[in-house]
Amino acid sequence: MNVLSPLQWMFYLAALLAIVASLKVITGKNSVHSLLYLVVSLLAVAVCFYLMGAPFAAGLEVIVYAGAILVLFVFAIMMFGLGKDETLNAPKITSFRVWIGPSVIAVLLLAQLVYVIDSPDIQDKLTSNVINAKQVGALLYGPYLLAVEIASFLLLAGLIAGYHFAKPTGYHDNNHSGGW
Amino acid sequence: MSVIPLEHILILASILFVIGFVGVIVRKNTLYILMSLEVMLNAVGVAFIGAGSVWQQADGQVMFILILTLAAAEVAVGLALLLQMQTRFKSLDIDLLSKLKG
Repeated sequence: MNVLSPLQWMFYLAALLAIVASLKVITGKNSVHSLLYLVVSLLAVAVCFYLMGAPFAAGLEVIVYAGAILVLFVFAIMMFGLGKDETLNAPKITSFRVWIGPSVIAVLLLAQLVYVIDSPDIQDKLTSNVINAKQVGALLYGPYLLAVEIASFLLLAGLIAGYHFAKPTGYHDNNHSGGW
Repeated sequence: MSVIPLEHILILASILFVIGFVGVIVRKNTLYILMSLEVMLNAVGVAFIGAGSVWQQADGQVMFILILTLAAAEVAVGLALLLQMQTRFKSLDIDLLSKLKG
């Protein structure tokens, strides 16, 4: 049984944090708290990506998933107007322990990231098998060009469907085109 | 060759996928179902990135980018449907959607 290298320790720790945060997501009671844990879970997975030698994917995970998609969730929760019935169950004073869980996991991930970037041993191992953004871009706009075009159609369809469904009901009751 | 064995990456991906799947099955709040779907898509991304890094191919990251696009479109449509549901039923309970007309 060989001993684990520091890089492997970092990976397993990040994987454990991702699993714990994902479990907290599906067992949560308050949707905003679950969303906070989901952000932390995605950040932990981003650290895993970085340690697997995919820094470009890790950056995309943070920017697009944690940055854009989850902000969409937050906006939607604000539009649901759940504030009334959720604050009834929530403690009156926003106590320390509401945000202690996600912040502890986030601080652990930050410490991991700082350690990984600072340690020359891990960096040596990482740079030997990293796949950089240039290779991904050359592949994306070469053999996968058709897939990129289809993905753009998918995004356009998402945009139109989002616009159509999120329109307030009764907006055009005089014609018959309402509904789902 | 990657430092982390492929088996462990796939174990992580399947654990995350199962967590998301259990969330989809168990929760009745539609918002939680969408969040669990995100966890599941993310697990698939882990599997793709892991395989790509083990075989030193950039295809895994290309697939991850396509999954990212899919997740963005899915969330946009899903949340818009949830807004409709909230205005019609004043609730996000998935059981209210069991009676479909047509």
